[in-house]
Amino acid sequence: MIGVVGIFLNRKNIIILLMAIELMLLAVNMNFIAFSYYLGDIAGQIFVFFILTVAAAEAAIGLAIIIIVFRNNRSIDVEDINRLKG
Amino acid sequence: MDYSSAVFYFFSFILLFSAIKVITSRNPIFSALFLVLSFFSAAGLWLLLQAEFLAIALVLVYVGAVMVLFLFVIMMIDINIEVMKKGFWNYFPAIGFVSIIMLTEIILVLNKPFFKTPALFKPPLKSNTDAIGEVLYSDYILPFEIAAIILLVAIIAAIALTLRGKKMHKGIDPAIQISVKKSDRLKMVDMGITKTKTKKRVKRN
Repeated sequence: MIGVVGIFLNRKNIIILLMAIELMLLAVNMNFIAFSYYLGDIAGQIFVFFILTVAAAEAAIGLAIIIIVFRNNRSIDVEDINRLKG
Repeated sequence: MDYSSAVFYFFSFILLFSAIKVITSRNPIFSALFLVLSFFSAAGLWLLLQAEFLAIALVLVYVGAVMVLFLFVIMMIDINIEVMKKGFWNYFPAIGFVSIIMLTEIILVLNKPFFKTPALFKPPLKSNTDAIGEVLYSDYILPFEIAAIILLVAIIAAIALTLRGKKMHKGIDPAIQISVKKSDRLKMVDMGITKTKTKKRVKRN
């Protein structure tokens, strides 16, 4: 929930948007592990493993995209990324 | 309050505090460092929940790799923080609305009778890494390999996206080669000598 609030609050800085996404994924992982402990089932932890993999890939690609956007726009403001609007 | 619940409250308090600081702090570097702190305390909570392998993996992967990547990117690009913070509270009504909806949803779910039942907790027979590995390499072998492919795709995509267009070889770009026109290669030269010759011939005739 803090992650969602973070997305709304930081509409400017795209890096903090990515961090808010990481926070939300962390919350999901926390739920999975808590229920895996609660129900005595290992499958939840396997799922967390895959979420970690995908989140790492997502962070790498997201940061690469940020670097390109900064190289082209000289800014990472979300409101500056409006070239597709025409 | 016994020992484990004291540890739980300690780590969860740090986790909530640092998560709030991630989204409210003024400088993105502080946000990244508070994100590191929240990952550490989450790893502590996971140790408490007997998910030792994932706790260590979280510290290694996130704190070791992903957060270093974040810090690199933050320091690579210079951001005007004052401009970034303008209009911080503009969206507050929308935030409040969405948070109230989510909070009521969480409360409704947590009031279900499912959560009143005692836990089905079984004491682990072997170490956590052992248990995860046993299932991961037998039942979940296909998702495991797909995860490997996803990581490969991420490597290639990140490098291909950020590669500067600097040529390291002497090959010709095929697009340029195809789009070449006749006038680029062939130049018609007006040669004066032949002209004078023909003129002379005309005179003689």
